Amino acid sequence: MSDARAGIFARVRDALAHLPEKHALPEYASDVVLSRGAGDVRTPAAAVTRLRERMEAVRGRVFTDGRSLGAWLVERGAMRGYCDPALLDVVTGALGGFADRIALETALDRARIDDYQFGITRAAGAIAETGSLILDDTTTSRRLAALAPWIHVAVLAPAQTYPHIPAALAALNRDPYIIFCTGPSKTADVEGILIEGVHGPGEQAALILG
Amino acid sequence: MSGGERVDGFAAAQSESRREAVRLGSKAGHEKRTEVLWRDYEDPDGLRRLAGAIKQHTLDHLDVYMAQAEERLRAHGVIVHFAADAAQARAIVLDILQRRAALRVVKAKSMATEEIELGPFLEGKGIECLETDLGEFIVQIDADHPSHIVKPIIHKNRREIARSFEAHDLGAYDDTPEVITRRARVFLRRKYLEADVGITGANFISAESGRLVLVTNEGNSRFCLAATRCHVALVGIEKIVPRDRDLGVFLNLLARSATGQSLSVYTELISGPRAATQPDGPDEMHVIFLDNGRSDVLAGDCREILRCIRCGACLNVCPVYRQASGHAYRGVYSGPMGAVLTPLLAREEGQGHGGSGGDEGRGSGGAGGAGAGGPGGAGGAGGAGAFLAFADLPRASSLCGACNEVCPVDIPIPDMLLRLRDRGKRAGAAGTVVPPSTMAGFARLASRPWVWRRALATGRLLGLVPAPLRPRALRVWGTNHTLPPWRGGAFRKWMAARKLAGAPPGLSAPATRTKEKP
Repeated sequence: MSDARAGIFARVRDALAHLPEKHALPEYASDVVLSRGAGDVRTPAAAVTRLRERMEAVRGRVFTDGRSLGAWLVERGAMRGYCDPALLDVVTGALGGFADRIALETALDRARIDDYQFGITRAAGAIAETGSLILDDTTTSRRLAALAPWIHVAVLAPAQTYPHIPAALAALNRDPYIIFCTGPSKTADVEGILIEGVHGPGEQAALILG
Repeated sequence: MSGGERVDGFAAAQSESRREAVRLGSKAGHEKRTEVLWRDYEDPDGLRRLAGAIKQHTLDHLDVYMAQAEERLRAHGVIVHFAADAAQARAIVLDILQRRAALRVVKAKSMATEEIELGPFLEGKGIECLETDLGEFIVQIDADHPSHIVKPIIHKNRREIARSFEAHDLGAYDDTPEVITRRARVFLRRKYLEADVGITGANFISAESGRLVLVTNEGNSRFCLAATRCHVALVGIEKIVPRDRDLGVFLNLLARSATGQSLSVYTELISGPRAATQPDGPDEMHVIFLDNGRSDVLAGDCREILRCIRCGACLNVCPVYRQASGHAYRGVYSGPMGAVLTPLLAREEGQGHGGSGGDEGRGSGGAGGAGAGGPGGAGGAGGAGAFLAFADLPRASSLCGACNEVCPVDIPIPDMLLRLRDRGKRAGAAGTVVPPSTMAGFARLASRPWVWRRALATGRLLGLVPAPLRPRALRVWGTNHTLPPWRGGAFRKWMAARKLAGAPPGLSAPATRTKEKP
């Protein structure tokens, strides 16, 4: 193995030693990567408005009160699911009258993973520019709970919304597994026809509280 | 059919329905890409050039960035390996699996694992290695090959897929795309949960943070990393970018170029095994850096191909790919980028720099067959024999330049195709040596002005020659083409008339003549 490492480094160095010139790392302002309009978002309220707009554009759902979320879940027949234990009180309170009709389990059993119709976990943030939710290992109670059920609901506060991708990248921390989730799981492998819910959630929702 | 026309042969042998599927799929991909890039950016070309410059800088300092990425990964508890060639990479993976007594592997889509033929190798060792990307899964159960680097089953229609699902006990015949997708969801879900190890590639690695970036839409790589306890990532050494902030440039370009999305559904940023508080996911993570010919490419004059981020935009826009489909390129990589990369990376087993198979010599392997390679020569020091087997690919191009214009990292693919054509000709590749008799007549014609004039004047008579009496080459060509009406000689007449009339030089010719090159 170390032989392979030494060999690769030696060949790479040898190749580079023969280069006529080496290109410098280009200087660029972060805003060159902003898509049209992404730079206009300057307040947390504007960020949430944009997040909603962009999430809906990628067929995600945004709720700003628990009762609407409850009605939506009931409408889909999603009466039983997983909820991060740390969110149980908050979510139960937010669901209001729907709390009695929807069963929230705080443990996730791999053996009956398909019994959970939804998973409610905390988001680490969101990106307004792209309508993305940010999940990570520290704030998501279970990787599987945010992935396996047909519906995933990420709970976040308005202040957690980054205006654009460069801001989200600049804020990356030491968490080992950070995911930008942009809409429901999808494929267009079969004849280019868009189908949602391939392996991950067929419905991606955000519950913005606060 | 001579060696230079193998891609033509594939294109001609393809069924009409496959040709149509590939043509429509790639055309739609290209149109969406263009629409979204220009909708979202003032200057998409500026962004492409910036991305190309960042990637070129990284390649020019690859030793530094590779060491930095390795150091960061190790600091985060990742076990880092280096594989000189395909055999070494396979041996490393097998060793990891055997240490864990792993018998079941789930795999996300990765071109590097395709390149080293990891799946069939593991199956041969009695280890189940299941593709989980829907397209790749279908390719696997069909014992087929991907025909596009982003859309592996662009060549298949729903009826074929439904038939193979039926044949593999995945349900009675139903060709509704939604039903096909749901059946795969149910089947693969069990497989993830039973699997011991998840294998992925990587789209990028940030040297600054050691973050490995995976970009997917289906969520299969997420499942591989949520359900298993060990993650193995196979990564080409050219996948490194300098900093996290540079990912902003590449993520925006990759999704738009590949599928016309602003951002792919899942962007996973992985810098080590799961957090201590996280119940799901790998507690062991391996990254295998794969050379497999890349350092040789870096030493040659086609090194810019290593900027490639595997978006597939050059396939979608290529008139040859659209007709021929990916299988015509006879390798993992297809289309314009494949026509460059496949001949450059081609090597016979055991001939690379590795030798972990224990049979062939190690270290200097491959240097003996360099052909016109080596520093300064086209390509690198890969084996001449292996190169020659794919020397026809760079010739399967009209050099229209569209591949360069759409490339998110601005790779000058047409220039490389020319260099590789030259290399092929020097190495005596089949089809590059034109028998003297073929062109002798034309040479005599073109080098004697009076003969040329006479030929032009009588050229229109050719249209009157009955088809069977025409020269053979013209007859073959004519089976798929229609000749325009002969208008040879008109330009000379026009020029002579202008000279007589004393017209000043430089005025444009009459509009009806501008496209002619008599």
